[in-house]
Amino acid sequence: MLETALLIGFACVSLAFVLSFLRLIKGPDLPDRILALDTLYINAIALLVLLGLYFQSALYFEAALLIAVMGFVATIGLSKYLLRGDIME
Amino acid sequence: MNLFNKMFPHPVLTLVLWGIWLLLNNTLSAGHVVLGLVFAIFIPWLTSGFWPEKVRMKAPLTLLKFLLIVLWDILVANMAVAKLILGRNKNLKPGFFYIDLDIQTPLGISLLANTISLTPGTVSCDLTEDRKRLLVHALHIEDIPTVVKEIKERYEAPLKEVFTEC
Amino acid sequence: MFEWILSALVLLGAFFTLVGSLGLYKLPDFFMRLHGPTKATTLGVGALLIASALYFSFKTDYISMHEVLVTIFLFITAPVSAHLMAKAAIHIKLKQVKRTQNPMK
Repeated sequence: MLETALLIGFACVSLAFVLSFLRLIKGPDLPDRILALDTLYINAIALLVLLGLYFQSALYFEAALLIAVMGFVATIGLSKYLLRGDIME
Repeated sequence: MNLFNKMFPHPVLTLVLWGIWLLLNNTLSAGHVVLGLVFAIFIPWLTSGFWPEKVRMKAPLTLLKFLLIVLWDILVANMAVAKLILGRNKNLKPGFFYIDLDIQTPLGISLLANTISLTPGTVSCDLTEDRKRLLVHALHIEDIPTVVKEIKERYEAPLKEVFTEC
Repeated sequence: MFEWILSALVLLGAFFTLVGSLGLYKLPDFFMRLHGPTKATTLGVGALLIASALYFSFKTDYISMHEVLVTIFLFITAPVSAHLMAKAAIHIKLKQVKRTQNPMK
């Protein structure tokens, strides 16, 4: 039961990856690409959580936490760069 | 009371740090409870210079009720947004609008902006320099005044009650 | 019974993650695209993380709650990054769909 649900989940999240990646390539402007990257980070967290459930291992959790933190910092940094033309002032 | 204030410059921060430490280590063993408490007391004390404004929370029950309402609204909002996204693009009527703010505390404004971003089809975009008006973008909006009134009654009123200047 | 709840949570989470990315792909302008990832994807990953917390709490002999930490973190950071991206997009005067109602003009 759970096995099937997880497999469907993998398919959905992989499709989400593809769609975000297409937006990352297509653009057309910088904010679109930043948003696509942000979505890719969150999709990666989803995929890691699903993998943790599938292999019944709690080890994937640390990676998910790190991606969450780093993804947030990266998005903020890139947006700041667009706003000010500079990251550090 | 004075000694208490000196030891715990930010009591809420202390509790939050303690909770985060225990969650991060995923344990409730005695050693980590004590170590977490030590960190939770010393970090706010050492960094109190970085937190100039004191935050006072009144009416914690109102805050709890507000959080439950927001969680429920997030669920409902997502159903609505999913329906909008799966529908046709042409039927969507996007729009920007301003909300005149009644709350003045920085924490209250940021919480309101976050709540607006997480709930029904709206994302907060910009705050004017004088902190009086919030620019909001909606994915699909028919009647702006009704939505503004609903946001003010549902989210701003309880937040204003909880976070006031001291 | 427990498996059913877990499966429902996993399916719900995966569905919302997909809807968020679909919104990112198909909506016509940046400000509309912002809605998909900030709401749908955040809730989707939240549902997946809660499923994971339930699974590890009931299958192993210790209670596993650290997934809650990531959930709270995502729910706090998603609106913040959305706000900053929208601000940057307004700052560089990104094009909007023509039918957008706009009080700034």
